[in-house]
Amino acid sequence: MFKRLDSNPSKRVTITIDGIPHEAVAGETAAAAVLLSGIDCTRTTPVSATPRAPFCLMGVCYECLMVIDGQPNRRACQEYVAEGMRIETQRGPGALPE
Amino acid sequence: MSTAGPKAHYSLVIIGAGPAGLAAAAAAAGHGLDIALLDEQRAPGGQIYRAIESIPAERARLLGSEYRRGEDLVGAIRNSDVEYFPDTQIWSLNREREIGLVHGRSAAMISADQVVLAGGAIERPVPYPGWTLPGVMNAGAGQILLKAQGIVPANGVVLAGSGALLLLLAWQYMRAGVQIKALLDCTPMHNHLRALPYLPRALLARHYLLKGLQYKLDLKRAGISTLQNVSDMQADGEQRVESVSYRHRGRQHTIKTDLLLTHFGVIPHIQLSQAAGCRHYWDKSQQCWRPQVDEWGNSSVNGILIAGDGVGIGGARTAEHAGRLTALEAVRALGRVSQHERDRLARNDRKWMREEQHIRPFLEAFFHLPGKLLAAPADDTVVCRCEEVTAGAIRKAISEGHDDSNQVKFLTRCGMGPCQGRQCAESVTHIVAGATGKSLPEVGLFRVRPPITPLTLEQLGSLFPDETE
Repeated sequence: MFKRLDSNPSKRVTITIDGIPHEAVAGETAAAAVLLSGIDCTRTTPVSATPRAPFCLMGVCYECLMVIDGQPNRRACQEYVAEGMRIETQRGPGALPE
Repeated sequence: MSTAGPKAHYSLVIIGAGPAGLAAAAAAAGHGLDIALLDEQRAPGGQIYRAIESIPAERARLLGSEYRRGEDLVGAIRNSDVEYFPDTQIWSLNREREIGLVHGRSAAMISADQVVLAGGAIERPVPYPGWTLPGVMNAGAGQILLKAQGIVPANGVVLAGSGALLLLLAWQYMRAGVQIKALLDCTPMHNHLRALPYLPRALLARHYLLKGLQYKLDLKRAGISTLQNVSDMQADGEQRVESVSYRHRGRQHTIKTDLLLTHFGVIPHIQLSQAAGCRHYWDKSQQCWRPQVDEWGNSSVNGILIAGDGVGIGGARTAEHAGRLTALEAVRALGRVSQHERDRLARNDRKWMREEQHIRPFLEAFFHLPGKLLAAPADDTVVCRCEEVTAGAIRKAISEGHDDSNQVKFLTRCGMGPCQGRQCAESVTHIVAGATGKSLPEVGLFRVRPPITPLTLEQLGSLFPDETE
């Protein structure tokens, strides 16, 4: 769905998305990293379990809620990637943190 | 930049580091006041000048010359005595000017003698079939990816809706080499007539009109044509968007795409001014709710001033001027300049702001959205994205006698999810008004109560460190 304009970016970090290692670039948000990875669904809704994905990317729609480093209900568009960051699809309302 | 959190009290707190907040902070600096500038983002600039300090030159060039203006605004703050706190989320503001915030991992309550709200705008949420599917996003989201991270659509994009941002984004994408599969303009054709009476005044700010025409011409030269007067646009797909369908010249069309970016104008982000109890009114021309302010940005609540697009949509330059005017008024209220001195310092901004406003009535008429789009989503269209409440469920509640927004909210949970009604409040008002024949002000908006953004129990607990020991 998306790609980087710069095909050879510097300052790379390794993150995991649903347990699978991905390369991201420092300065990217978790939401951007997930969109780049080609994953379509970043959460399923608590009401009907339908798939959703980032919508506004500016922190107002709360569609991109994901589990980040074990913390549920994080807005992926407001979190920046860091080496070793764990990003997971949030299923339903999200479980209490570990 | 401060690494510790904000202090317990400031003479002036400015919320939002976009054009209005940055200009306000710079104008208020140097008067011997204790000033904090709080912003949710990690870097200053707001949405319009996002990533202005870190953007590579090549990418900045793609965005056009106006973007560079943000450098001076941010520079002025970096070289001032203003305490700037990025990564700071506001979850409460009351009439006593107590501000609830989260900075880092912990929450805090601080207070201020004067507060300037410069929270800017959000994209107008317009529900249509399929707008909740993955792969459907706001045009602003596409622009944020481009500006802040240099990320663009990989397999082409369909752009649809109405408004200046749609055209700008198409132009920026074209320059970035993105394939634009279709540019679907949902602006009704008769808006040209509606806007005509405002054209003479708009010609006083003709650089905006010329820029728009230039964008259109550049797009045309690049072989990207705009389909005008498109209606009944919707996103289709099972687990994600697979295609977009629409009506054009009386015929139904479908286009395959994995990405649809839509835009229906911008509206003031009023969650915080509502929480503070400021009076709001419905503006027919801008088709949005606006906080009531005087010519200095004073809201109906003593000591709370509002500047920029959070007051009403005026664009980035108007926001700058308004930011400086409200700052001067706050500085006057704090006894640092006389009324006479305030008026003298405000003269240029007032003049420039008037000049900026020449274009607005024309743009508002030109991009006026049809009532059908705002008030008449089909019964099976989701209106509240968080709680998945459909237009049909809202109409059912209305038909059972619940004829104001808050009653609909209680009954359906519409507006009670994580976004706290940011994405559905306006639509609910429109639907209730449409179904009951009441006016929009009679129907009213959802009541907004703190916390206006979700807080964790850990963050709430951090407010009372003594009691947890």
